[in-house]
Amino acid sequence: MNNRLMPKLRRLLPLAPALLLSGCTLDLLDPRGPVGIQNRNVILIELGVMLCIVIPVIAMTLYFAWKYRESNTSAEYLPNWDHSTKIEFFVWGVPAVVIVILGAIAIWTSYTLDPYRPLHSAEAAGRKPLNVEVVALDWKWLFIYPDQGIATVNQLAVPVNTPINFRITSDSVMTSFFIPRLGSQVYAMAGMQTQLHLLASAPGDYLGEAAHYTGRGFSDMKFRTLAMTDDDFNQWVDKVKGASDSLDSADYPQVAAPQEAAPVKYFAHVQPNLFDSIVAKYNNGTVIDKSTGQVMHMQSAMSDMQMKE
Amino acid sequence: MLGKLTLSAIPLDVPILVGTFTGVVIAALAVLGAITYFGKWGYLWREWLTSVDHKRLGIMYIVLALVMLFRGFADAIMMRSQLALAYNGNPGYLPPHHYDQIFSAHGTIMIFFMAMAFMTGLLNVIVPLQIGARDVAFPFLNSLSFWMTTISAVLINVSLFIGEFAQCGWLVYPPLSEQQFSPGVGVDYYIWAVQLAGVGTLLTGVNFFVTIVKMRAPGMGWMKLPVFTWTAFVTVVLIMAVFPVLTVTLAELALDRYLGMHFFTNDGGGSVQLYLSLIWTWGHPEVYILVLPAFGVFSEITQTFSRKPLFGYRVMVYATLAIGVLSFIVWAHHFFTMGAGPNVNAFFGVATMIIAVPTGVKIFNWLFTMYKGRIQFNGIMYWVIGFMVTFSIGGMTGVMMAMPAADFVLHNSLFLIAHFHNVIIGGVYFGYVAGLNFWWPKVLGFKMNESWGKRAFWCWFVGFYLAFVPLYIAGFEGMTRRMNHYDNADWHVQMLIAAAGAAVIAVGVVCQLMQIYVSIRDRNLAENRDFTGDPWNARTLEWSMASPPPAYNFAVLPDVHGIDTFHTEKQMGRRSYEGKVLAPIHMPKNTAAGFFVGAFSFVLGFAAIWWIWWLAALALVGVFATVILRSFNNDVDYYVPVSEIERDQENYVRSLTAQAAE
Repeated sequence: MNNRLMPKLRRLLPLAPALLLSGCTLDLLDPRGPVGIQNRNVILIELGVMLCIVIPVIAMTLYFAWKYRESNTSAEYLPNWDHSTKIEFFVWGVPAVVIVILGAIAIWTSYTLDPYRPLHSAEAAGRKPLNVEVVALDWKWLFIYPDQGIATVNQLAVPVNTPINFRITSDSVMTSFFIPRLGSQVYAMAGMQTQLHLLASAPGDYLGEAAHYTGRGFSDMKFRTLAMTDDDFNQWVDKVKGASDSLDSADYPQVAAPQEAAPVKYFAHVQPNLFDSIVAKYNNGTVIDKSTGQVMHMQSAMSDMQMKE
Repeated sequence: MLGKLTLSAIPLDVPILVGTFTGVVIAALAVLGAITYFGKWGYLWREWLTSVDHKRLGIMYIVLALVMLFRGFADAIMMRSQLALAYNGNPGYLPPHHYDQIFSAHGTIMIFFMAMAFMTGLLNVIVPLQIGARDVAFPFLNSLSFWMTTISAVLINVSLFIGEFAQCGWLVYPPLSEQQFSPGVGVDYYIWAVQLAGVGTLLTGVNFFVTIVKMRAPGMGWMKLPVFTWTAFVTVVLIMAVFPVLTVTLAELALDRYLGMHFFTNDGGGSVQLYLSLIWTWGHPEVYILVLPAFGVFSEITQTFSRKPLFGYRVMVYATLAIGVLSFIVWAHHFFTMGAGPNVNAFFGVATMIIAVPTGVKIFNWLFTMYKGRIQFNGIMYWVIGFMVTFSIGGMTGVMMAMPAADFVLHNSLFLIAHFHNVIIGGVYFGYVAGLNFWWPKVLGFKMNESWGKRAFWCWFVGFYLAFVPLYIAGFEGMTRRMNHYDNADWHVQMLIAAAGAAVIAVGVVCQLMQIYVSIRDRNLAENRDFTGDPWNARTLEWSMASPPPAYNFAVLPDVHGIDTFHTEKQMGRRSYEGKVLAPIHMPKNTAAGFFVGAFSFVLGFAAIWWIWWLAALALVGVFATVILRSFNNDVDYYVPVSEIERDQENYVRSLTAQAAE
């Protein structure tokens, strides 16, 4: 895509998808983190295994159809042949073997790639994870950095090679939190806390999106994921801390109000436990601490925050 | 007085809708005018609208399905053209409010009113003929089912011109579909249309279940049942099992919306997981409800045109049953990303993959049915070969997404959209169209035009790949479904190609219309007429009578000795009706009760959508009054006299011998 003529040429050749592929970025096949790499590997392995059976099936379909055509009277014709134990064995056996292989991979990777499982990647050895709390709103994303005490709207900055522990909820409809080039997505649901563990292994500016439809403003419910070096990240945190706005339960309803194509916003301070209060709104003022399993009461924060009706 | 209904509910500010409305009104006036001009109202009412004949109901179902196909396809064209345009700041021509209704309506209409109606139509036309029955078990219920489906289809289309349709996708996931986020009438249109159609579908399920269990011809044991009827049987069992779940789920959503309850709301203890589990408990078997009869169609066609019995009939039956059972334990693969944990995900992932085994077996069995056959290539076989190629790819991408670790990145992407269109167009639609071409001469007495059929096939086949391969790629590029506009150059390339693909499919749809038109125009040409009732030299009982069949189907109920009895009889040169004594045949009389229950239900649905409660109450009274009146009517049947049967039978045999002599 370094040639300016290319996009035009490509538009002129709509019948050559293979050619088109060469210029495109296939985000899922070109991931920037260990989770995404594993997602990709799983996809490629199962695609490879299945092509071993799908390609012969398609070839046999076309070959049989051609060979046993009516006009080809030299081909053998068995008008009453309808059973062969040998072939039956084969037609059950081949798909079964493929599914045993794929099923084993499915079980194995369900555990290794469980989004709730903290990352133990070699690249992240010894590095302290970064906690980010994600709140899906109409139609924007609120990111709370509890350890830094800051928050942003529609911009997620993360240091590279650092495991990110996301806690995700929604203060509106259900959606899905997805950064294609980093890997797995997880749903965001009101009153629930879901978890996701990702890691960015290279600096860059990656698309983040609401992967589940949320209504009118859905198409612009996107954010940028800025993966940066530690120094850059620290500078970014300082920049956010220098912002004039702050976020507490009094300001929150205004921030959470429905808004389409919301611009990036920084909050220099964020009220502690804001995330828990948002979850607690839908659970009679309680929230479960996922690390200890204890039920915490968030009544005081509740009274400040009006329920969105 | 009129509840929530005001003049502002009519979208006069949307030129597309005003134009569509004008077009629909002109077309409707033309049709009504033509019926009046030719004086056909009485004929239409007596012979069709009040008919309880399964063949006529089947034809009306398929007509409904084709009309709904055009509606749903128009939606598809609008979506594809919007996405080809709405790039890099260009908002396109469909604002989200309109666009979101279109994709919701596209899915709802294509599944509930196109595919389900087409499938029910094929079942109606063929199942009684294949099992040697003279009608279905409950002919009046059959008519009622048809009218419930039809009025629901009308109701959903009324939402175009009065009010709005849902903007929550075709399965109206809460909490978006709750009053809090969707206060308009769109979701209510969805609920009432799908609920009323669901009554029809459930009754169809019960009706065909009893028909197949109780009304098979003497000697037709279960392992002598034609394969299409077997798939129909598993389908109706699935319908009886899961449509009540859909009804309850949507009733709970309706309670949330109408009475402020909290089944699926964000607060008050509502649970979105509950909705997803319930809706997919219906939704995944629904996929097999649609595709199993298509598998049955492919089996019948492949064996007929390969001039060989189906390879591995028993295995085919077991595979169908296995798919039916397994379809109940895979639903959670629709929400691997909900955080249920690896135990749940691994179970449902593997269960889903296991379905690929019986499905793969079926593909192989069709392959080996062709193997060492004498394959006659006509337009119908094109759809079969196209299906086997396309469905193999669709099955593969399905198994790819059954892997939770892969689904974590493919979920909700355009890859998913490409996958299910791959199986629904390549499997379900190709199958139904092949079935339409295959059984058309049986039902109407003349064959469909070959060259327009082949043109339609090539356009659909090429158009499908052109339209959906780019969506597979866009999925890998991270593009999610249901987007209205975007600013990614890579996505734009794919959207342009996909739009071109949709245009090619549009040509295919036009070719299909032409095929129907040309077939009807040339129906009296000798090469198109079906004099024998068996134009394809086929194997099953539906070909053993004149085309079109008499109202009572079989002059004498056939004796069944094995699979493909009709084929054996033809080879032995002796037909089972020969030498049998004719007796008067007991048949149901036509009735308008189904039509009126449907009409009152339409009013009920419309009134409930707009909160016009007095009208809803009146309509409900109307429904009950019609049913009660019908139950007091004892004049519901008649006997076909022997003289009439004799005359029909003589004509048929004479036509048969004349053809044989040529």
